[in-house]
Amino acid sequence: MCGIVGLLVKTPALRARLGAMLVPMMIGMTERGPDSAGLAVFSTPLVSGHKYSLYSGTASFDWEGLAAQLFAHLRVSAKCEGHGNHAVLITELASAAVRQWLKENFPALHVLSCGRAIDLYKDIGTPGEVAQRYNFGSLQGSHAVGHTRMATESAVTPDRAHPFTAGEDFCLVHNGSLSNPYGLRRKLETEGIHFETDNDTEAACRFLEWRMREGDVLETAIQKGFEELDGFYTFLIGTENKLALVRDPFACKPAIVAETDDYVAIASEFRSLAHLPDVKNAHIYEPNPEEIYVWTA
Amino acid sequence: MDSMNFDLATTPLRDLNRFLHQEAEAQGIKHVTVLHPDGAHNIAVGLNAPVAVDIEGHAGYYAAGMLKHGEVTIHGNAGTGVAENMMSGKVHVKGFASVSAGASAHGGLLVVDGDTSLRCGISLKGGDIVVGGSVGSFSGFMAQAGRMVICGNAGDALGDSLYEAVIYVRGTIKSLGADARIEEMTESDYQAVGELLAAAGYSYDPHEFKRVASAKSLYHWNADANQEY
Amino acid sequence: MNDNEHILKHIAKEGSAGYDRKIMDYIHNAATHGLYEIRGMGAKRAVPNFDDLVLLGASLSRYPLEGYREKCSTKTILGTRFASKPIELEIPITIAGMSFGALSANVKESLGRAATELGTSTTTGDGGMTAEERQSSKTLVYQCLPSRYGFNPDDVRRADAIEIVIGQGAKPGGGGMLLGQKISPRVAKMRTLPEGIDQRSACRHPDWTGPDDLVIKIQELREMTDWEKPIYVKVGATRTFHDVKLAVHAGADVIVVDGMQGGTAATQTCFIEHVGIPTLAALRQAVDALEDLNMKGKVQLIISGGVRTGADVAKALAMGADAVAIGQGVLYALGCNHDAYTLDGVVHSACNDYEQMGTAAGYCHHCHTGRCPVGITTQDEQLAQRLMPDLGAKRLKNYLKTLNMELTTLARACGKQNVHHLEREDLVAMTIEAAAMARLPLAGTDWIPGYSKF
Repeated sequence: MCGIVGLLVKTPALRARLGAMLVPMMIGMTERGPDSAGLAVFSTPLVSGHKYSLYSGTASFDWEGLAAQLFAHLRVSAKCEGHGNHAVLITELASAAVRQWLKENFPALHVLSCGRAIDLYKDIGTPGEVAQRYNFGSLQGSHAVGHTRMATESAVTPDRAHPFTAGEDFCLVHNGSLSNPYGLRRKLETEGIHFETDNDTEAACRFLEWRMREGDVLETAIQKGFEELDGFYTFLIGTENKLALVRDPFACKPAIVAETDDYVAIASEFRSLAHLPDVKNAHIYEPNPEEIYVWTA
Repeated sequence: MDSMNFDLATTPLRDLNRFLHQEAEAQGIKHVTVLHPDGAHNIAVGLNAPVAVDIEGHAGYYAAGMLKHGEVTIHGNAGTGVAENMMSGKVHVKGFASVSAGASAHGGLLVVDGDTSLRCGISLKGGDIVVGGSVGSFSGFMAQAGRMVICGNAGDALGDSLYEAVIYVRGTIKSLGADARIEEMTESDYQAVGELLAAAGYSYDPHEFKRVASAKSLYHWNADANQEY
Repeated sequence: MNDNEHILKHIAKEGSAGYDRKIMDYIHNAATHGLYEIRGMGAKRAVPNFDDLVLLGASLSRYPLEGYREKCSTKTILGTRFASKPIELEIPITIAGMSFGALSANVKESLGRAATELGTSTTTGDGGMTAEERQSSKTLVYQCLPSRYGFNPDDVRRADAIEIVIGQGAKPGGGGMLLGQKISPRVAKMRTLPEGIDQRSACRHPDWTGPDDLVIKIQELREMTDWEKPIYVKVGATRTFHDVKLAVHAGADVIVVDGMQGGTAATQTCFIEHVGIPTLAALRQAVDALEDLNMKGKVQLIISGGVRTGADVAKALAMGADAVAIGQGVLYALGCNHDAYTLDGVVHSACNDYEQMGTAAGYCHHCHTGRCPVGITTQDEQLAQRLMPDLGAKRLKNYLKTLNMELTTLARACGKQNVHHLEREDLVAMTIEAAAMARLPLAGTDWIPGYSKF
């Protein structure tokens, strides 16, 4: 089980403070999710090429060496800036080729995300530890999706932490427990969708990935999810320019929204929102079940 | 001096609750103000003393849970299970309440000025709940005894699997739950609604309310009745 | 008589394993009533259990202890994690939660008195706390169930520990059940139900769902009780490894795991027999989970579900439980399925009463009817006279005492001065299933199926 946080700043001036506002929100969800934490930030999209958030799992990794090797093998320039077990790789090479090259040359690396706007971090540890490890407080951008995890059925490993991603500039976090994840997985695998973990949240993410691959817009995909995804869930989804929030019909997993002229903030419990600027005057409400809420950055 | 302040920004919740349980009555404290609740859970749970507690801000889960004696006012919103298992006394939420408001309450009065989320009055066992706004789906689910007065609208499956509790609704009902049905209001219904509205401080006309009660057809297992189990 | 006549007189009876007498009766029943069968007691089918394990007593390499003089301690402390007043028991054998409603008030009093004398605890059930039980039981664990029948803060304050029940072994995922004939005036009042109706219970708690909410619910009960009382969490055995980890994360002081053999007073047979895993497998998973989180000894584990004998208790402790809880065994001790009862000092045959219900002593599981011939699982005032607290307490005390004596005998034979020093290496398995489920070697070999090479 888990805690969810989300933040979208409406006032451009607040983009510089996105991370600083978000860190206390995540720490507020430590009791709900003490095992691991993750965060996806969406910032100004690259003009060309893609960026990849990479995770090595090991304490240190020769990230610059990776960029050099990419250039050496494929004659395409790349920049790879990393700290500790995480890096952001930027290159103009087609994403399919990049993924293939990484799989062949660095099979132990995890590609956490791919896109023009998204950077993604996730690791084991308390939210506070993870936030400090990657310096979440200094992150800037238009919107972010965060998660704190208490593992239910799958193991506590970094790759099972949320957010999960699909395609480009898409991520999902989940509070709840799906009751038909394995059936979903088997169905989606026959559709050629590839799974990385046995985590039930990944099943939901891949379902949406499949629907969007088949041409559904996000809202339609989520709508179909009401029929196909069984169990209890609050989902928070981030795309290049949107945040989407949805609760299942039972609405057993909590969610609360605080909205001002400057931002929209979402969390599992109010105490994560209590210290946001001007929250006293915010419009505070709980999202209705089976309704899709979308905010555009 | 018969009042005290507790600032949860600097004082542990445990100190507040322990004071309310073990010291307040003995020290003759009649009024306690809780500052900076900021969504903290379990504020004033198990209150059992003639104290009026004012929570200045939003409360988290189970505010005033298991209240037996005393009065708690939340000047803001309440999280899951406000006044859950209340035995007697009064809880007043000025803002909205999250899911399971007044769950399993045996007595006392819960007033929510705003809306409540799903499952308001779930498993109600004799308490009274008055909601100024609307209630979410599955409100009154398996409510065994007590009364609910809903001044706004009700969501899906109102009073699903209802026992002896009675629900009064002023607005629309999206759908009724299993075994719940609308019945004629009687004089004693109008009187009960009037009393409850007055206790909540609302001035609606009792004649605008409908009565929802159990059809009692699920009281015994019956193969021929095609019951949903 | 010619050959043909001789052949015709021979009646061939070829039974079917799949469509045996039991299944035929089941289908006839379903066709007659259009409703599932409801009954009492736990799973009757054979499952791998403690009988499939044996203890390795002392030998040349291990030395036994003498009886009596050489002490074998049975003291057991539960709830050390957060509570300022943990539960201190004289023996690691507790009485499982069984409701007033399922059982008569006389029985609840018997349980309390016997438990007090032996220095152990009893547990309320899905109907709330009776005055008889609180008065007679020195250490009382108060259950908080999805139905919340009778749950109130005064009883929380009166309890010695609080047990949040997520499920029970007989029906993990199902809610409580009590049929109309047992909803007497007193039971109805305690449960806030109309008299004589068939009680429908919720299967989920009304104000929390999931381990992330459970964190907060446990905190509520702690705040309620000023952090004095241990909070137990009870689960029916299904995904035990995950459930125990989550219960630890949620803040439980003690975890109670109830295997599929666990009893009930009224549940659908299909639920009892086909949902949940055996206690043996669940116990191993539960201990794995605690060790995985390095919480062994910090969060205590109580195992229940088909614990019947002193040997069962010894093996459960050896596998890593801190204590056991007994439900059905307690009822048998009181006289369940006995062919006679005692009324006003005179012994009467109960055979007719069993027959009236279509059963016989030794086969009865009709707790749900409330017509218990020996006066245990009934609300009928007449029938309840057949088991008075004096006799009930004495019989139960004898049973618990026997269990404890067997436990210490076996522990001493394994060289232990303290029953909690029994360990998994004192055990081997007699069957492949038990070896795999308990992750113990097959006797005389080093083989743990699925785990080590042959």
